[in-house]
Amino acid sequence: MSVIDLSWWQLGLASLLVMLLALVAHWQRLGVSRPLLIAAARTAIQLALIGLVLEALFAVGSLFWVALMATVMLLVAGREVMARQKHRLTGGWAFGIGTLSMFISAFSVTILTLAVIIGPEPWYTPQYAIPLLGMLLGNTMTGVALSLDRLTESVWRQRAVIENRLMLGQRWQEAISDLRREAMRSGMMPMINAMAAAGIVSLPGMMTGQILAGTAPGLAVKYQVLVMFTITVGSGFGTLAAVMLGSRRLFDQRERLRVDRLQAAKR
Amino acid sequence: MTTVSNPPAPLILKQLAAGELAPIDLTIKPGQVVCLSGASGSGKSRLLRAIADLEPHQGTVWLGDAQRDAMPANVWRQQVMMVPAESQWWADHVGEHWATRQPEALQALGLPEEAEGWTVARLSSGEKQRLALVRAKAGQPRALLLDEPTANLDHDSTLKAEQWLREWIKAAQLPVLWVAHDAEQIERVADQRLRIRDGGIEVVA
Repeated sequence: MSVIDLSWWQLGLASLLVMLLALVAHWQRLGVSRPLLIAAARTAIQLALIGLVLEALFAVGSLFWVALMATVMLLVAGREVMARQKHRLTGGWAFGIGTLSMFISAFSVTILTLAVIIGPEPWYTPQYAIPLLGMLLGNTMTGVALSLDRLTESVWRQRAVIENRLMLGQRWQEAISDLRREAMRSGMMPMINAMAAAGIVSLPGMMTGQILAGTAPGLAVKYQVLVMFTITVGSGFGTLAAVMLGSRRLFDQRERLRVDRLQAAKR
Repeated sequence: MTTVSNPPAPLILKQLAAGELAPIDLTIKPGQVVCLSGASGSGKSRLLRAIADLEPHQGTVWLGDAQRDAMPANVWRQQVMMVPAESQWWADHVGEHWATRQPEALQALGLPEEAEGWTVARLSSGEKQRLALVRAKAGQPRALLLDEPTANLDHDSTLKAEQWLREWIKAAQLPVLWVAHDAEQIERVADQRLRIRDGGIEVVA
């Protein structure tokens, strides 16, 4: 089976449809036409650029450039995690905790999957390493951001409850245990739901892409299952690490709740 | 916990400075009730919070010859227990908030024994306030920091709560710092009276 080449005018045809949607949205005064067109343009430009980067990276294929690319991806993901929290930890801790937990989980799961399970030669072959890391980071980012946002938000709202529990002599771990559990759950639920719905409600994008690109469905399914498992593990452990680190930072060495370490919401 | 057999001990503040308040030295003897009054926002609650070590501050506190920083923070707060003006309840049922049943305390405060089975969501503010006192007693503290403990109670319930508190304080020989507004209440319960004025704490004769 060969892949049907996509030419630029065919993409242009698809973009005409987007413009049609923007036009209709404008008539309906939805106020989303501008952001819609800007986002569409960003998609095209960003993906074209990353396509160039990937082509260059695949051509070179050295560990240094792969590692550099991975680091850039990690830092951007860390920034994104920070930006998604309303009551984030101050002083760089929101960025630091998010980035560290993603590093611990997404990187180790990626390297483990590459080295032990898929086993390309060498293990950092960019065709495997970069897409895998990208999918892991993207989903781990969602889990970490959701859980940290949930944690800081609920601590902000329920500080009186936590402090009352401290007054009664509870350790900080006990005083925050409910909130910590909820935050961990909220970070893990998206992947659990995605796994439960996979193939029935939704055809996962990566598998669809592989099939469109000519891979036999059986193999595409195997890769998809592998990716779903690794994403779940990566985002799960990333979430646990982020919530543990984040909740520790909310208390000081005398186990006082330090709401002053959270940023008050703007607006 | 070994607190039951612990002998009565005074609560000693040394150069304790919370918020805007000037540093204070104060010794509350076992069984003594010190009442603290002052305008809203003058820092009464913050002083209690500082003693319970709930927020960063200057100075230190001793319970007898045990210095606060020498024991784990949660042990200190269990021994020097603050009862906030607005109590918080995290479990679904009242009784889940303490380890052993408290029929005598409930009865003395005018609550039925079944109160332990009540759901937290249906509690009135007056019930919450009395139940918070029961919860504090169940924790067997060695000193008490009370922040307007009867603010939401009617006159009869206030008198009941005062009497129950005084009996407990005398029996267990607790040093008590009691934030109060009502002059008559202060008259009834205080062994010593303090007032916050102009950012400092003064003794009322």
